[in-house]
Amino acid sequence: MDCDHAIYRVYEYLDGELTVWRRRAITRHLDDCPPCADGFTFEVELRRVVVSKCHEEVPHDLKARIAAALGLEPPQ
Amino acid sequence: MDATGTLAGMADQAQFSELTMDYMPALYAAAMRMTRNPSDAEDLVQETYLRAYRGFEGFREGTNLKAWLYKILTNTFINSYRAKKRRPDQVDLDDVEDFYLYRRMGGLESVDAARTPETEVLDALPDTEVKEALEALPEQFRMAVILADIEGFSYKEIAEILDVPIGTVMSRIHRGRKQLQKRLWEYAERNNLRPRADTTTGA
Repeated sequence: MDCDHAIYRVYEYLDGELTVWRRRAITRHLDDCPPCADGFTFEVELRRVVVSKCHEEVPHDLKARIAAALGLEPPQ
Repeated sequence: MDATGTLAGMADQAQFSELTMDYMPALYAAAMRMTRNPSDAEDLVQETYLRAYRGFEGFREGTNLKAWLYKILTNTFINSYRAKKRRPDQVDLDDVEDFYLYRRMGGLESVDAARTPETEVLDALPDTEVKEALEALPEQFRMAVILADIEGFSYKEIAEILDVPIGTVMSRIHRGRKQLQKRLWEYAERNNLRPRADTTTGA
């Protein structure tokens, strides 16, 4: 496994979409290659940042509005 | 409807509410990225719950409730909100290299320990900028990235939600993410957020 092959699969690796064997081969490469390992970590961090920065507060009355529209008991 | 039917109906109502209401914050966040504004997002979530409620009998226990709700959300968005535009932009995205942002930040080259860590640059990105970068993605890429990154669905689940082959899902997620990186980098450059080697150490 070289760097290009590992990097090519970065998303499938991080998304947990690889077969066990491919996954292992990449893990072994990352153990031996700090620059690639850093890059993979960066992708994980980026995703964490995107998720946290896309957080939304639900408008407080939305739940009640939906419960009313469905004819359900309003939430406590 | 007879008494038994009504009782069953009430049991269903309670069960529906109990099972689905916890997903509301996540559905709302996804709806915000899809519609790009709070009032449309609220309407979209409400419409999703109405449709889910009407279709609840057809929902089989043991199947994936979250994915089912997202499929309704996605279809409702595509059918109602997008109908305002005649057809989706069937655009394609430029090929963007792997590790785009990491490379731009000097990741693979430098072993300069004094350099600003890349993650600090990420943390310095304003929320609005990240949201806008995601919302600026063409629709088919945006939907795939939202479902994968924000909601954590597997490729197979996304394929079922969007009703497209897994290969297409994979390509949309990967291209969408790289495009997102490109936009974030453009922002970082404009605002001078890039990591800099600290050459003044010791001076």
